[in-house]
Amino acid sequence: MKCLLSTLILTPWVGALLLAFTPRLSPRVTRTLALLFSLSTLGLVAFAWSGFDPAAPGYQFVEQHAWIKFLNVSYHLGLDGMSLGLVALTGLIAPTALLASWKIERDPRLFNLLFLFLQGAAIGVFLALNFFPWFICWELSLVPAFFLIKLWGGPCASRAAYQFVVYTIGGSAFMLLAFAALFAATGTFDFVELAALARDGGLATVIPSPALGTIFIGVLLGLAVKVPLFPFHTWLPSAYSEAPTAASMFLTGIMSKMGVYGFLRILWPLFPSQLHAAAPLLLGLALAGVVFGAFAALAQTDLKRMVAYSSINHVSYCLLALFAVAGSSSFNPDASTAALSGALLQMFNHGLSASALFFCVGILENRSGGKRGLLDFGGVRTAAPVFAGFCGIALFSSLGLPGLNGFVGEFLVFRGVFGLAPWTAAIGCLGLFATAFFLLTFWQRVFHGPQSPAVASRFRDLSMLETITLVPAVTLMVVLGVCPQLLVSLFNPLVTAWVVHLP
Amino acid sequence: MNLLPCTIYLSFAGAVLALVAGMKSSAAARAVALLTAVSSWGIALYAAFGFTPSSEFLTLVNVPWIPQFGINYHLASDGISLTLLVLTGLAATCGVLFSWNIEERTGEFFAFYLALIGGVYGVFLSADAFVFFVFYEIAIVPKYFLIANWGSTNRQYGAMKLALYSFAGSALVLAGLLWIYSTGYASSFGLDQLAQGAATLSQGAQITVFALLFTGFAVLAGMFPFHTWAPTGHVAAPTGASMLLAGVVMKLGAYGCLRVAMPLLPAGLDFWQPVIAGLAITGILYAGLVALVQDDFKFVIGYSSVSHMGFVLLGLAAANPSAVAGAVLQMFSHGVIAGLLFAVVGRMVYERTHTRQLDELKKLPLHRLLPFAAVVFVIAGLASMGMPGFSGFPAELTILIGVWNYSAILGVLAALGVFIAAAFTLRVIQVSFFGQSGSRAVAQSSDAAHNHPLPPITWPEKTGAFLLLAATLLIGLKPDLLLDWIVPSLQSPLMKVIFHGGAR
Amino acid sequence: MNTSYAQLAHALQPEIILADGAVLVIAFDLIFGRHRPLATRLAASLALGALTLVAAFIASVFVGPIGGFYGESFVLDSFALATRGGVIVLALLTLGVAAGAKVMRNPAEYVALILFATTGFTLMAAANHLLIAFASLELASLSLYLLAGFDKDRRESAEAGLKYFLLGALATAFLLFGFSLIYGMTGELALPRIAAVLAQCGMSPLPALALVMVMVAFGFKAAAAPFHLWAPDAYEGAPTPSAALIASASKLAGFTLFTRLLWPGLGALAGDSSHALNPGGWITIVVLLAGASLLIGNLAALAQTNLRRLLAYSAIAHAGVMMLGVVTASLAGPGPLFYYLFTYGIATAGAFGVIAVLERNGGCQKITDLAGLSRRSPLLAGTLAIFILSLAGIPPLAGFFGKFTFFALMLRIGGIASPTGALTLLAIALSAVSLYYYLVVLKQALVEPFASEKPTRIHVPAATALTLLAATALIIGLGLCPSLLLTFF
Repeated sequence: MKCLLSTLILTPWVGALLLAFTPRLSPRVTRTLALLFSLSTLGLVAFAWSGFDPAAPGYQFVEQHAWIKFLNVSYHLGLDGMSLGLVALTGLIAPTALLASWKIERDPRLFNLLFLFLQGAAIGVFLALNFFPWFICWELSLVPAFFLIKLWGGPCASRAAYQFVVYTIGGSAFMLLAFAALFAATGTFDFVELAALARDGGLATVIPSPALGTIFIGVLLGLAVKVPLFPFHTWLPSAYSEAPTAASMFLTGIMSKMGVYGFLRILWPLFPSQLHAAAPLLLGLALAGVVFGAFAALAQTDLKRMVAYSSINHVSYCLLALFAVAGSSSFNPDASTAALSGALLQMFNHGLSASALFFCVGILENRSGGKRGLLDFGGVRTAAPVFAGFCGIALFSSLGLPGLNGFVGEFLVFRGVFGLAPWTAAIGCLGLFATAFFLLTFWQRVFHGPQSPAVASRFRDLSMLETITLVPAVTLMVVLGVCPQLLVSLFNPLVTAWVVHLP
Repeated sequence: MNLLPCTIYLSFAGAVLALVAGMKSSAAARAVALLTAVSSWGIALYAAFGFTPSSEFLTLVNVPWIPQFGINYHLASDGISLTLLVLTGLAATCGVLFSWNIEERTGEFFAFYLALIGGVYGVFLSADAFVFFVFYEIAIVPKYFLIANWGSTNRQYGAMKLALYSFAGSALVLAGLLWIYSTGYASSFGLDQLAQGAATLSQGAQITVFALLFTGFAVLAGMFPFHTWAPTGHVAAPTGASMLLAGVVMKLGAYGCLRVAMPLLPAGLDFWQPVIAGLAITGILYAGLVALVQDDFKFVIGYSSVSHMGFVLLGLAAANPSAVAGAVLQMFSHGVIAGLLFAVVGRMVYERTHTRQLDELKKLPLHRLLPFAAVVFVIAGLASMGMPGFSGFPAELTILIGVWNYSAILGVLAALGVFIAAAFTLRVIQVSFFGQSGSRAVAQSSDAAHNHPLPPITWPEKTGAFLLLAATLLIGLKPDLLLDWIVPSLQSPLMKVIFHGGAR
Repeated sequence: MNTSYAQLAHALQPEIILADGAVLVIAFDLIFGRHRPLATRLAASLALGALTLVAAFIASVFVGPIGGFYGESFVLDSFALATRGGVIVLALLTLGVAAGAKVMRNPAEYVALILFATTGFTLMAAANHLLIAFASLELASLSLYLLAGFDKDRRESAEAGLKYFLLGALATAFLLFGFSLIYGMTGELALPRIAAVLAQCGMSPLPALALVMVMVAFGFKAAAAPFHLWAPDAYEGAPTPSAALIASASKLAGFTLFTRLLWPGLGALAGDSSHALNPGGWITIVVLLAGASLLIGNLAALAQTNLRRLLAYSAIAHAGVMMLGVVTASLAGPGPLFYYLFTYGIATAGAFGVIAVLERNGGCQKITDLAGLSRRSPLLAGTLAIFILSLAGIPPLAGFFGKFTFFALMLRIGGIASPTGALTLLAIALSAVSLYYYLVVLKQALVEPFASEKPTRIHVPAATALTLLAATALIIGLGLCPSLLLTFF
């Protein structure tokens, strides 16, 4: 199939356009239509997976067409293990999020339209191999996210949405400049070509090193805000907590991965020596994210903010691994492989668990009439045992309980980082403990103890729809926890190749 | 291609016809205006389709006009002018569509309007400095009357300020041109002869003359600190006029810098380059920051125009092929986007709500009352903040590439400018249309929609908006369409010297 | 000395026709107009006057350029011929203005005076001899004094006439003194021979004194600063057609006379034009007069609220520009100067024509009296816009090209760093300033609504309408094709 990847990106967008031009459909039809288009990704990913050869080097299903001659831009898409995993994650989370928002009454058409648009853009980010199309998707993904937060969000949503987009665009502007500068020197926007140049030292010969340093900082800024890397995270708690449930799920599940993906796909291959030089500092920042994220989550009484801060903590693990590998001066292939595999796994796992958690918090909020304080609940387990079970799995996956998926990722990350930067890993454990502490607090306060008035009066167990929403994620948590090989095999060759090519 | 001069004649003829038709009925005047604008746009597009990009400044007409002074009626066209001609046609057509509701003295309105357009076409086609100047001045006069007669807030002040700034600018241009012609003993006012004449001037004279010419043109392009006419003028102008003003008239200034000032006096460019670049970047940042704190919807857009034109000037100042190509692309892009923004603010919103104060608009659930306007404004706003996929993005990217080559620090500051543009655009989007968007406001807003129904968006508005949106999207996704014209033109003998001067 | 009367009579056919016509107008009115209403008498006089002017015009074309004649007392070169035709056309415009103006008593005398003044102008155009120049200037001036004070019902008119007369007489005295000094020095009256003598002796205190005298007179006649003080009062008080004639034809003839006097006659005393501030010739004085007129005219015009005074100050500023034309005539001949004078005359006369019609319909002194004009009469508003924009020097109208050539030539004379260059830059800057007051006028005419709710429409007499349209056509046509006039030289 020649244009499989384009189809992956465009199908949700076609769905969005279809919704845009059919204003008179009933909400039910609209939702179903949107869900179908959203599910298309999953189907296409399955198709791609079946044709994907993990052992083959380089990108597969490549599409490349000339686009803008003057800027030497080509429409270049490609798929490797990492992007396949992330597209699969998108294909999973997006329909789930749509199901989670099934009950939204206000303007379901616009909501679904924006969502499909967001989904397509996210897939585009994971597939594009040229800066131009990549940046289009990268920036365009902000637009639907902005409106999803703003129009369907909580009382302070306007401010949160504005902050979110302005921060991100602020970073992007400098990334744009950085790529303009790269083009000025090299005449290409292609990630693959640029990475090849960087590998054989061509980049350093055409750009003097201070300029290259500036360019590196520009790209770093753009990506760091998106992830977010401490201290660029300040937009995150309010954005995640003000967003409607579905948007929070997508933001944390997919959009934060876009940043991490950027680190792995762009920053590291293009600027290995700069990253190496900056790694100690960045490692410190990632560590701060791990530790402060966890402790900040500990201090929250708002459940949504708690999950939001836990996201900072979890995503920082991925960066911790990357920076440890990039910064290590000794060659330690085992540790590096472990760290990178862990990072990739962690991306996927966090996507699953964090979005499931946001959905659970959304259910709590929904059932209690908008309450989501830690102390507003109690004894939910007796009132809603199925819900408690599902939520418990998500919580423990997030906590890193062995047997669930979260454990494997974190374990690999820490194993690798211990080999490369032991002190960092040691301090990072603080974060692990704090995470365990606040997640258990969550578990205990909400699900155990006497039933709070809010719970006692009208707390129903999961509806059919909600069960369907949660089942896939929870199943995967268990399956991947038992058999991580399913996923690891996908990007193992990739990681091995990265480690071999380590500068 | 050879039909292109007809755009000028057609517009002037249309102006007279509209005046006559306006005495009978407003509808007739409108029809005449639309027909004129569309047909001259059609001519420009027809020429564009038959255009094979080359570096030649293709002569269309060249007849002696005032042989006593070596003045020829010399019209020529290349990729750069073609780009701007197509833009002019588009902006003119959409401007007519967005002026459809003008009932008072319709004939006169469209007469001034089309005269302005005719002048603009003329400037973009001129290859003789005298002809250029004549059309340049023709384009200025109608602006005054359009604003003073049919404008809104503080219109007479805005119109007078704009006219005086423009005329002061053109006086500088006149002085510069005459200086070259007279003391360089140029044999004619043809741009190439003037360039030869200019080359004989002393270094100091070249530098001074360049300052005169460039400043004169840059006033119209809204260069900091000569930009102050722009926001007040834009705000005071009726919608159609502000679309033209921001869309094409500001381009006249930039085009003058590019076509006249820079090629004639590369040595002057060389000398003033840092100053121009500094002023341009100051304009970008300053206007962006000012736009961030405006209370008047239209002022935000007015300042955003200044900020975006700063990018054009920055591109010109960087004076390398990439930056200049980007600057021309940005001229096109800004012409379309600014037109769209002014159309939404001036026509769709102001004419219905009768307020432009953001504080008051904030209290209206505008995105529910005027969903079409909201969608258009959001898209236009995104395009304006340089969202990839729209025309502003390739333009800014190309400029950034060129500017980086010129100076990394300026590049960083320009990126900061991109960021500020995003910030103020986003702010105005959310305050104006989505001031009442939370869940609680929805109930009230549906009441409001029932209680205060605003007149629905009319078909001319929709058509105009679609045309402009299509243009920005098309160029955003396929900038090659224009870059293929622009880039070879920069290699013409007249233009090439810019880069010699700039490259050092 | 070749003094062929036949040739004289042949060459002066237009003047003869004009003078005869003037007498005829009076006689006709005396015989047939006694008991008829004023309006009829005016119409008849105007028609006869117009016929006379047309006939004179045809005659002047028919005579053609014949060079010097009557012992070189006269010269009919292209400049003289153009000026002759020009003043006749401008006088015709003035009659058109008079047709739309307030009807005064004794219309026939008024028309006859205009014709006499025109006779003076055409003679000034051809004068090549100090005495002829003086006599023709006086013929024109005396007629103009009378025309300025002709409206006996208004004190302002009398005041204008008196002021104009007193200062004009003073100027005449200066001129006569200057002429007598020149005659005393050279012993000659015909300009070519004066030039020949002066070329031998060059500059000394005596010719310098003569020059100053002549230039003062020139300044008075041209209303150049600092000798401009009569102009605002005369423009304000004089009957509108008189003001039109004073502003247009008289300027054209006066500048022609003085240009001929200065260049072919006193060219040897011109001094070095590229270093004009080195005291050395009359160019220094002209440049100073030009600078002062430009500054005072433009700046004072900014402060005016009275439309006629505004036009007067604008005329002073334009006199400054015309002075530049006099300087540049050495370089490019009198063609651009004539072009400028003629088109300026048309525009000013046209503007006064609009004022005249307004005056008959309720007065027009203040600029604000123009408010709502575009509603009351689109024709008047439209033509006024063209005239004013031409005065402001907006291309493609004729006013622009005139200025443009002067500026270009001035810069070419001395380069940018010379005083002429500085003066040119000043003029360019001030022409941007002048836009303000011209726009203020147009703002009232085209933008402001009429003071009372119901704007009354203004009836424009057919003759005046035709005149205004013709003037507009000339302004636009000559602006688009300046070569039409320039090829003539």
